[in-house]
Amino acid sequence: MARSFSDRIAARGVRATLAAVACLAVLAGGQALAADAQVKIANFTFDPPTLTIKAGTAVTWVNADDIPHVVSEKDGKFRSPALDTDDKFSQVFSTVGTVEYFCAIHPHMTGKIVVTP
Amino acid sequence: MVDKANPVTEAQDAEPSGLSRRGALTCMVWAGTGLLWTLSGGVPKSVGLLGDAFAAVPAGFTFLQISDSHVGFNKPANPDALGTLREAIRKVKAVQSRPAFMIHTGDITHLSKPDEFDNADQIISEAKLDVHYVPGEHDFIDEGLGKAYLDRYGKGTKGQGWYSFDDHGVHFIGLVNVVDLKAGGLGRLGADQLAWLADDLKDKSASTPIVVFAHIPLWTVYADWGWGTDDGLQALNLLKRFGSVTVLNGHIHQIVQKVEGNMTFHTARSTCFPQPAPGAAPSPGPMTVPAEQLRSMLGITSVDVRTGDKPLAITDTILAG
Repeated sequence: MARSFSDRIAARGVRATLAAVACLAVLAGGQALAADAQVKIANFTFDPPTLTIKAGTAVTWVNADDIPHVVSEKDGKFRSPALDTDDKFSQVFSTVGTVEYFCAIHPHMTGKIVVTP
Repeated sequence: MVDKANPVTEAQDAEPSGLSRRGALTCMVWAGTGLLWTLSGGVPKSVGLLGDAFAAVPAGFTFLQISDSHVGFNKPANPDALGTLREAIRKVKAVQSRPAFMIHTGDITHLSKPDEFDNADQIISEAKLDVHYVPGEHDFIDEGLGKAYLDRYGKGTKGQGWYSFDDHGVHFIGLVNVVDLKAGGLGRLGADQLAWLADDLKDKSASTPIVVFAHIPLWTVYADWGWGTDDGLQALNLLKRFGSVTVLNGHIHQIVQKVEGNMTFHTARSTCFPQPAPGAAPSPGPMTVPAEQLRSMLGITSVDVRTGDKPLAITDTILAG
Protein backbone atom coordinates (compact mmCIF):
# COMPACT_ATOMS: atom_id res chain seq x y z
CA MET A 1 0.00 0.00 0.00
CA ALA A 2 1.34 3.38 -0.88
CA ARG A 3 0.40 5.51 2.02
CA SER A 4 2.88 8.15 2.98
CA PHE A 5 3.04 11.80 3.72
CA SER A 6 3.81 12.49 0.10
CA ASP A 7 0.75 10.50 -0.90
CA ARG A 8 -1.38 12.61 1.35
CA ILE A 9 -0.02 15.75 -0.18
CA ALA A 10 -0.80 14.45 -3.63
CA ALA A 11 -4.28 13.53 -2.52
CA ARG A 12 -4.92 17.14 -1.62
CA GLY A 13 -5.34 17.61 -5.27
CA VAL A 14 -2.46 19.16 -7.04
CA ARG A 15 -3.56 19.91 -10.55
CA ALA A 16 -0.35 21.50 -11.66
CA THR A 17 1.49 18.34 -12.41
CA LEU A 18 4.94 19.82 -12.53
CA ALA A 19 4.53 21.51 -9.20
CA ALA A 20 3.17 18.32 -7.72
CA VAL A 21 5.99 16.20 -9.00
CA ALA A 22 8.60 18.67 -7.81
CA CYS A 23 7.01 18.80 -4.39
CA LEU A 24 6.77 15.02 -4.15
CA ALA A 25 10.36 14.62 -5.22
CA VAL A 26 11.47 16.68 -2.27
CA LEU A 27 9.18 14.95 0.19
CA ALA A 28 10.15 11.52 -1.01
CA GLY A 29 13.75 12.15 -0.23
CA GLY A 30 15.17 13.15 -3.54
CA GLN A 31 14.19 10.12 -5.58
CA ALA A 32 13.85 10.72 -9.27
CA LEU A 33 10.16 11.09 -9.74
CA ALA A 34 9.53 12.18 -13.25
CA ALA A 35 5.94 11.75 -14.36
CA ASP A 36 7.02 8.82 -16.44
CA ALA A 37 3.94 6.69 -16.19
CA GLN A 38 0.54 7.71 -17.39
CA VAL A 39 -3.00 6.41 -17.19
CA LYS A 40 -5.45 7.86 -19.65
CA ILE A 41 -9.06 8.15 -18.58
CA ALA A 42 -11.27 7.80 -21.63
CA ASN A 43 -14.72 6.41 -22.30
CA PHE A 44 -15.20 5.84 -18.58
CA THR A 45 -12.25 3.44 -18.37
CA PHE A 46 -8.69 3.58 -17.11
CA ASP A 47 -6.16 2.86 -19.84
CA PRO A 48 -4.22 0.74 -19.16
CA PRO A 49 -6.47 -0.87 -16.56
CA THR A 50 -3.39 -2.42 -14.92
CA LEU A 51 -0.15 -0.48 -14.92
CA THR A 52 3.12 -1.96 -13.66
CA ILE A 53 5.75 0.47 -12.37
CA LYS A 54 8.91 0.48 -10.29
CA ALA A 55 8.63 1.70 -6.71
CA GLY A 56 9.13 5.43 -6.51
CA THR A 57 7.50 6.17 -9.84
CA ALA A 58 4.96 8.93 -10.21
CA VAL A 59 1.81 7.97 -12.06
CA THR A 60 -0.15 10.71 -13.77
CA TRP A 61 -3.80 10.30 -14.68
CA VAL A 62 -5.14 12.47 -17.49
CA ASN A 63 -8.87 12.82 -18.06
CA ALA A 64 -9.81 12.75 -21.75
CA ASP A 65 -13.57 12.49 -21.12
CA ASP A 66 -16.14 15.29 -21.30
CA ILE A 67 -17.21 14.28 -17.81
CA PRO A 68 -15.19 14.76 -14.61
CA HIS A 69 -13.69 11.79 -12.82
CA VAL A 70 -12.14 11.32 -9.37
CA VAL A 71 -9.22 8.92 -8.92
CA SER A 72 -9.38 7.27 -5.51
CA GLU A 73 -7.62 4.39 -3.83
CA LYS A 74 -10.29 1.82 -3.04
CA ASP A 75 -10.30 2.64 0.68
CA GLY A 76 -9.71 6.33 0.15
CA LYS A 77 -5.98 6.29 1.04
CA PHE A 78 -5.50 8.81 -1.73
CA ARG A 79 -8.08 10.73 -3.67
CA SER A 80 -7.74 13.26 -6.46
CA PRO A 81 -9.86 16.36 -6.73
CA ALA A 82 -12.50 16.30 -9.45
CA LEU A 83 -10.59 16.09 -12.72
CA ASP A 84 -12.38 17.98 -15.46
CA THR A 85 -11.49 17.45 -19.11
CA ASP A 86 -7.69 17.47 -19.62
CA ASP A 87 -6.99 17.83 -15.89
CA LYS A 88 -4.17 15.73 -14.46
CA PHE A 89 -3.44 14.16 -11.12
CA SER A 90 -0.15 12.62 -10.01
CA GLN A 91 0.61 10.16 -7.29
CA VAL A 92 3.90 8.56 -6.26
CA PHE A 93 3.95 4.89 -5.35
CA SER A 94 6.85 3.98 -3.08
CA THR A 95 5.66 0.72 -1.55
CA VAL A 96 5.89 -2.56 -3.43
CA GLY A 97 2.55 -4.24 -3.92
CA THR A 98 -0.72 -3.82 -5.78
CA VAL A 99 -2.82 -0.71 -5.34
CA GLU A 100 -6.46 -0.93 -6.38
CA TYR A 101 -8.22 2.28 -7.27
CA PHE A 102 -11.50 3.43 -8.81
CA CYS A 103 -13.41 6.53 -9.85
CA ALA A 104 -15.11 7.78 -6.70
CA ILE A 105 -18.11 9.09 -8.67
CA HIS A 106 -18.32 6.30 -11.27
CA PRO A 107 -17.34 3.36 -9.08
CA HIS A 108 -17.74 0.78 -11.82
CA MET A 109 -14.50 2.27 -13.22
CA THR A 110 -11.62 0.39 -11.59
CA GLY A 111 -7.89 0.05 -12.16
CA LYS A 112 -4.69 -1.30 -10.58
CA ILE A 113 -1.16 -0.11 -10.12
CA VAL A 114 1.34 -2.95 -9.61
CA VAL A 115 4.43 -1.60 -7.87
CA THR A 116 7.57 -3.69 -8.29
CA PRO A 117 10.98 -3.34 -6.55
CA MET B 1 -41.70 15.60 -29.94
CA VAL B 2 -44.13 14.12 -27.56
CA ASP B 3 -44.10 10.90 -25.70
CA LYS B 4 -47.41 9.28 -26.18
CA ALA B 5 -49.57 7.69 -23.57
CA ASN B 6 -48.02 4.94 -21.58
CA PRO B 7 -49.98 1.77 -22.27
CA VAL B 8 -48.64 0.22 -19.13
CA THR B 9 -51.12 2.09 -17.01
CA GLU B 10 -54.10 -0.05 -17.84
CA ALA B 11 -52.24 -3.19 -16.88
CA GLN B 12 -51.34 -1.60 -13.59
CA ASP B 13 -54.92 -0.75 -12.87
CA ALA B 14 -55.91 -4.33 -13.40
CA GLU B 15 -53.23 -5.66 -11.13
CA PRO B 16 -54.91 -7.75 -8.45
CA SER B 17 -52.97 -6.48 -5.49
CA GLY B 18 -56.00 -5.85 -3.33
CA LEU B 19 -54.34 -2.67 -2.14
CA SER B 20 -55.91 0.69 -2.61
CA ARG B 21 -54.65 2.59 -5.60
CA ARG B 22 -55.89 5.93 -4.44
CA GLY B 23 -53.42 8.65 -4.88
CA ALA B 24 -51.12 7.10 -7.41
CA LEU B 25 -49.00 9.20 -9.67
CA THR B 26 -49.75 10.08 -13.20
CA CYS B 27 -46.92 11.50 -15.15
CA MET B 28 -48.27 13.89 -17.63
CA VAL B 29 -45.58 15.61 -19.53
CA TRP B 30 -42.10 14.75 -20.64
CA ALA B 31 -40.55 16.99 -23.14
CA GLY B 32 -37.00 18.05 -23.15
CA THR B 33 -37.14 19.98 -19.97
CA GLY B 34 -38.97 18.41 -17.14
CA LEU B 35 -41.51 15.87 -16.18
CA LEU B 36 -44.97 16.75 -14.98
CA TRP B 37 -46.43 14.25 -12.58
CA THR B 38 -50.00 13.71 -11.55
CA LEU B 39 -51.08 11.47 -8.72
CA SER B 40 -54.42 10.00 -9.52
CA GLY B 41 -55.37 6.74 -8.02
CA GLY B 42 -52.06 5.06 -7.50
CA VAL B 43 -49.94 4.64 -10.57
CA PRO B 44 -47.92 7.01 -12.68
CA LYS B 45 -49.07 7.28 -16.18
CA SER B 46 -47.59 8.89 -19.20
CA VAL B 47 -50.25 10.96 -20.83
CA GLY B 48 -48.60 12.77 -23.66
CA LEU B 49 -46.68 15.87 -24.48
CA LEU B 50 -46.57 18.87 -22.29
CA GLY B 51 -49.14 20.93 -24.11
CA ASP B 52 -51.49 18.00 -24.76
CA ALA B 53 -51.17 16.72 -21.28
CA PHE B 54 -51.89 19.96 -19.62
CA ALA B 55 -54.98 20.46 -21.65
CA ALA B 56 -56.20 17.00 -20.72
CA VAL B 57 -55.52 17.09 -17.01
CA PRO B 58 -58.29 18.09 -14.67
CA ALA B 59 -57.48 20.35 -11.79
CA GLY B 60 -55.59 18.26 -9.29
CA PHE B 61 -52.34 18.07 -7.48
CA THR B 62 -49.45 18.36 -9.86
CA PHE B 63 -45.72 18.54 -9.31
CA LEU B 64 -42.79 18.85 -11.64
CA GLN B 65 -39.49 17.06 -11.94
CA ILE B 66 -36.38 18.49 -13.52
CA SER B 67 -33.01 16.80 -13.49
CA ASP B 68 -29.38 16.87 -14.50
CA SER B 69 -28.99 20.56 -15.23
CA HIS B 70 -25.17 20.23 -15.16
CA VAL B 71 -24.71 23.97 -14.87
CA GLY B 72 -21.06 24.61 -15.75
CA PHE B 73 -20.96 22.03 -18.54
CA ASN B 74 -19.65 23.67 -21.71
CA LYS B 75 -18.56 20.85 -23.99
CA PRO B 76 -19.80 20.27 -27.57
CA ALA B 77 -22.79 18.18 -26.44
CA ASN B 78 -24.24 21.45 -25.11
CA PRO B 79 -22.13 24.61 -24.92
CA ASP B 80 -25.01 26.48 -23.26
CA ALA B 81 -26.22 24.51 -20.23
CA LEU B 82 -27.59 27.67 -18.63
CA GLY B 83 -29.54 28.48 -21.77
CA THR B 84 -31.28 25.12 -21.89
CA LEU B 85 -32.02 25.27 -18.17
CA ARG B 86 -33.58 28.67 -18.77
CA GLU B 87 -35.70 27.16 -21.54
CA ALA B 88 -36.74 24.37 -19.22
CA ILE B 89 -37.83 26.83 -16.56
CA ARG B 90 -39.73 28.75 -19.20
CA LYS B 91 -41.63 25.53 -19.94
CA VAL B 92 -42.29 25.11 -16.25
CA LYS B 93 -43.67 28.61 -15.99
CA ALA B 94 -45.93 27.95 -18.94
CA VAL B 95 -47.68 25.07 -17.21
CA GLN B 96 -51.25 26.19 -16.79
CA SER B 97 -52.34 24.02 -13.89
CA ARG B 98 -49.85 25.46 -11.48
CA PRO B 99 -47.67 22.70 -9.99
CA ALA B 100 -47.54 22.49 -6.20
CA PHE B 101 -43.75 22.32 -6.24
CA MET B 102 -40.78 21.03 -8.16
CA ILE B 103 -38.26 18.31 -7.43
CA HIS B 104 -34.75 18.34 -8.84
CA THR B 105 -33.20 14.90 -9.01
CA GLY B 106 -29.58 15.96 -8.91
CA ASP B 107 -26.57 17.02 -10.91
CA ILE B 108 -27.68 20.60 -10.50
CA THR B 109 -24.09 21.55 -11.26
CA HIS B 110 -21.32 19.97 -13.28
CA LEU B 111 -18.40 20.53 -10.89
CA SER B 112 -19.96 21.63 -7.57
CA LYS B 113 -18.55 25.14 -7.96
CA PRO B 114 -20.13 28.02 -6.05
CA ASP B 115 -20.88 30.02 -9.19
CA GLU B 116 -22.53 26.97 -10.76
CA PHE B 117 -24.83 26.60 -7.76
CA ASP B 118 -25.47 30.36 -7.84
CA ASN B 119 -26.37 30.36 -11.51
CA ALA B 120 -28.61 27.33 -11.16
CA ASP B 121 -30.40 28.86 -8.19
CA GLN B 122 -30.95 32.11 -9.99
CA ILE B 123 -32.60 30.48 -12.99
CA ILE B 124 -34.56 27.80 -11.14
CA SER B 125 -35.95 30.37 -8.72
CA GLU B 126 -37.59 32.12 -11.65
CA ALA B 127 -40.15 29.31 -11.64
CA LYS B 128 -41.33 30.68 -8.28
CA LEU B 129 -41.96 27.19 -6.97
CA ASP B 130 -40.68 25.43 -3.88
CA VAL B 131 -37.94 23.07 -5.00
CA HIS B 132 -37.00 19.84 -3.24
CA TYR B 133 -33.51 18.73 -4.19
CA VAL B 134 -31.50 15.55 -3.97
CA PRO B 135 -27.83 15.62 -4.99
CA GLY B 136 -26.15 13.96 -7.94
CA GLU B 137 -22.53 12.87 -7.85
CA HIS B 138 -21.58 16.07 -9.67
CA ASP B 139 -22.94 18.08 -6.73
CA PHE B 140 -20.62 16.37 -4.24
CA ILE B 141 -17.19 16.91 -5.80
CA ASP B 142 -16.22 20.17 -4.12
CA GLU B 143 -13.23 20.13 -1.77
CA GLY B 144 -15.58 19.62 1.15
CA LEU B 145 -17.10 16.56 -0.56
CA GLY B 146 -20.65 17.81 -0.43
CA LYS B 147 -20.33 20.79 1.89
CA ALA B 148 -21.22 23.21 -0.91
CA TYR B 149 -24.45 21.31 -1.62
CA LEU B 150 -25.40 20.68 2.00
CA ASP B 151 -24.80 24.30 3.01
CA ARG B 152 -27.41 25.30 0.44
CA TYR B 153 -29.90 22.48 0.39
CA GLY B 154 -29.18 20.41 3.47
CA LYS B 155 -31.20 22.33 6.06
CA GLY B 156 -33.63 20.06 7.83
CA THR B 157 -32.26 16.94 6.17
CA LYS B 158 -30.58 13.89 7.69
CA GLY B 159 -27.17 12.40 6.98
CA GLN B 160 -25.89 13.47 3.59
CA GLY B 161 -29.13 15.22 2.69
CA TRP B 162 -32.00 12.71 2.77
CA TYR B 163 -35.47 13.66 4.03
CA SER B 164 -39.19 13.12 3.65
CA PHE B 165 -42.27 15.33 3.59
CA ASP B 166 -46.00 15.05 3.02
CA ASP B 167 -48.11 16.92 0.52
CA HIS B 168 -51.72 16.34 -0.52
CA GLY B 169 -51.74 13.03 1.30
CA VAL B 170 -48.71 11.75 -0.59
CA HIS B 171 -45.53 10.83 1.29
CA PHE B 172 -42.44 12.05 -0.56
CA ILE B 173 -39.00 10.66 0.21
CA GLY B 174 -35.76 12.18 -1.12
CA LEU B 175 -32.83 9.75 -0.97
CA VAL B 176 -29.10 10.23 -1.53
CA ASN B 177 -27.25 7.47 -3.40
CA VAL B 178 -24.15 9.31 -4.65
CA VAL B 179 -21.99 9.41 -1.51
CA ASP B 180 -19.28 7.07 -0.21
CA LEU B 181 -19.47 4.84 -3.26
CA LYS B 182 -17.48 1.60 -3.23
CA ALA B 183 -14.95 0.40 -5.82
CA GLY B 184 -16.58 -1.81 -8.42
CA GLY B 185 -20.06 -0.91 -7.22
CA LEU B 186 -23.01 1.21 -8.25
CA GLY B 187 -24.93 3.93 -6.43
CA ARG B 188 -25.23 3.39 -2.71
CA LEU B 189 -27.66 4.37 0.05
CA GLY B 190 -25.79 2.92 3.03
CA ALA B 191 -26.94 1.37 6.27
CA ASP B 192 -27.69 4.65 8.06
CA GLN B 193 -30.03 5.86 5.35
CA LEU B 194 -31.79 2.49 5.08
CA ALA B 195 -32.33 2.47 8.84
CA TRP B 196 -33.73 5.97 8.64
CA LEU B 197 -36.03 4.93 5.79
CA ALA B 198 -37.36 1.95 7.73
CA ASP B 199 -38.11 4.24 10.64
CA ASP B 200 -39.65 6.90 8.42
CA LEU B 201 -42.07 4.36 6.94
CA LYS B 202 -42.97 2.34 9.99
CA ASP B 203 -46.04 4.34 11.02
CA LYS B 204 -47.34 4.92 7.51
CA SER B 205 -50.43 3.08 6.40
CA ALA B 206 -50.08 0.84 3.34
CA SER B 207 -52.62 2.99 1.52
CA THR B 208 -50.40 6.07 1.69
CA PRO B 209 -49.18 6.88 -1.81
CA ILE B 210 -45.39 7.03 -1.83
CA VAL B 211 -43.15 8.98 -4.15
CA VAL B 212 -39.46 8.27 -3.70
CA PHE B 213 -36.85 10.21 -5.63
CA ALA B 214 -33.07 9.94 -5.90
CA HIS B 215 -30.44 10.76 -8.47
CA ILE B 216 -29.14 7.37 -9.63
CA PRO B 217 -31.85 4.86 -10.54
CA LEU B 218 -32.78 2.74 -7.54
CA TRP B 219 -33.14 -0.28 -9.77
CA THR B 220 -30.50 -1.61 -12.12
CA VAL B 221 -30.95 -0.09 -15.54
CA TYR B 222 -27.49 -1.06 -16.84
CA ALA B 223 -24.83 -2.24 -14.43
CA ASP B 224 -21.97 -2.04 -16.96
CA TRP B 225 -22.36 1.72 -16.93
CA GLY B 226 -23.07 1.95 -13.22
CA TRP B 227 -26.74 2.72 -13.77
CA GLY B 228 -28.18 1.25 -10.63
CA THR B 229 -27.94 1.27 -6.83
CA ASP B 230 -26.21 -1.58 -4.97
CA ASP B 231 -28.57 -1.54 -2.01
CA GLY B 232 -31.54 -0.09 -3.87
CA LEU B 233 -33.42 -3.36 -3.51
CA GLN B 234 -33.30 -3.04 0.27
CA ALA B 235 -35.06 0.30 -0.02
CA LEU B 236 -37.62 -1.11 -2.44
CA ASN B 237 -38.29 -4.03 -0.10
CA LEU B 238 -39.20 -1.54 2.63
CA LEU B 239 -41.70 0.00 0.19
CA LYS B 240 -43.25 -3.25 -1.00
CA ARG B 241 -46.24 -3.18 1.33
CA PHE B 242 -47.50 0.13 -0.02
CA GLY B 243 -50.27 0.18 -2.57
CA SER B 244 -48.74 2.86 -4.74
CA VAL B 245 -45.05 3.57 -5.02
CA THR B 246 -43.56 5.85 -7.64
CA VAL B 247 -39.77 5.95 -8.02
CA LEU B 248 -38.36 8.98 -9.83
CA ASN B 249 -34.72 9.19 -10.81
CA GLY B 250 -32.35 11.09 -13.10
CA HIS B 251 -28.67 10.43 -13.87
CA ILE B 252 -29.09 8.62 -17.20
CA HIS B 253 -30.40 11.63 -19.19
CA GLN B 254 -33.14 9.69 -20.93
CA ILE B 255 -36.52 8.23 -20.14
CA VAL B 256 -36.75 4.67 -18.97
CA GLN B 257 -39.93 3.34 -17.42
CA LYS B 258 -40.73 0.11 -15.67
CA VAL B 259 -43.67 -1.20 -13.68
CA GLU B 260 -43.30 -3.95 -11.15
CA GLY B 261 -46.23 -4.81 -8.93
CA ASN B 262 -47.33 -1.62 -7.22
CA MET B 263 -44.16 0.19 -8.13
CA THR B 264 -43.64 2.44 -11.08
CA PHE B 265 -40.15 3.54 -12.03
CA HIS B 266 -39.40 6.51 -14.21
CA THR B 267 -36.19 8.33 -15.10
CA ALA B 268 -36.22 11.92 -16.34
CA ARG B 269 -34.47 13.61 -19.19
CA SER B 270 -31.70 16.07 -18.54
CA THR B 271 -32.03 19.78 -19.15
CA CYS B 272 -28.44 19.81 -20.44
CA PHE B 273 -27.33 16.95 -22.68
CA PRO B 274 -28.56 13.49 -23.71
CA GLN B 275 -26.76 10.25 -22.98
CA PRO B 276 -26.80 7.13 -25.15
CA ALA B 277 -29.16 4.22 -24.65
CA PRO B 278 -27.65 1.46 -22.51
CA GLY B 279 -24.84 -0.24 -24.40
CA ALA B 280 -25.42 1.82 -27.55
CA ALA B 281 -22.06 3.60 -27.33
CA PRO B 282 -18.58 2.84 -25.98
CA SER B 283 -19.36 4.82 -22.83
CA PRO B 284 -22.21 6.66 -21.14
CA GLY B 285 -20.57 10.04 -21.82
CA PRO B 286 -22.46 13.04 -23.21
CA MET B 287 -23.99 12.38 -26.61
CA THR B 288 -23.39 15.09 -29.17
CA VAL B 289 -26.30 15.39 -31.57
CA PRO B 290 -26.97 17.91 -34.34
CA ALA B 291 -27.92 21.24 -32.79
CA GLU B 292 -31.42 21.11 -34.22
CA GLN B 293 -32.04 17.80 -32.46
CA LEU B 294 -30.73 18.69 -29.02
CA ARG B 295 -33.90 20.25 -27.67
CA SER B 296 -35.94 17.23 -28.63
CA MET B 297 -33.75 15.17 -26.30
CA LEU B 298 -33.90 17.43 -23.26
CA GLY B 299 -36.96 17.91 -21.14
CA ILE B 300 -39.02 18.24 -18.01
CA THR B 301 -41.46 15.87 -16.35
CA SER B 302 -44.82 16.61 -14.84
CA VAL B 303 -46.77 14.38 -12.49
CA ASP B 304 -50.48 14.80 -11.97
CA VAL B 305 -51.69 13.34 -8.72
CA ARG B 306 -55.45 13.21 -8.91
CA THR B 307 -57.36 12.16 -5.88
CA GLY B 308 -59.90 9.42 -6.26
CA ASP B 309 -59.46 6.10 -7.96
CA LYS B 310 -57.48 7.10 -11.01
CA PRO B 311 -53.76 6.43 -11.40
CA LEU B 312 -51.02 9.04 -11.33
CA ALA B 313 -50.13 10.49 -14.65
CA ILE B 314 -46.52 11.16 -15.59
CA THR B 315 -45.88 13.39 -18.54
CA ASP B 316 -42.57 14.21 -20.11
CA THR B 317 -42.12 17.32 -22.19
CA ILE B 318 -39.23 18.12 -24.45
CA LEU B 319 -37.70 21.56 -24.73
CA ALA B 320 -38.28 21.84 -28.44
CA GLY B 321 -41.56 23.23 -29.61
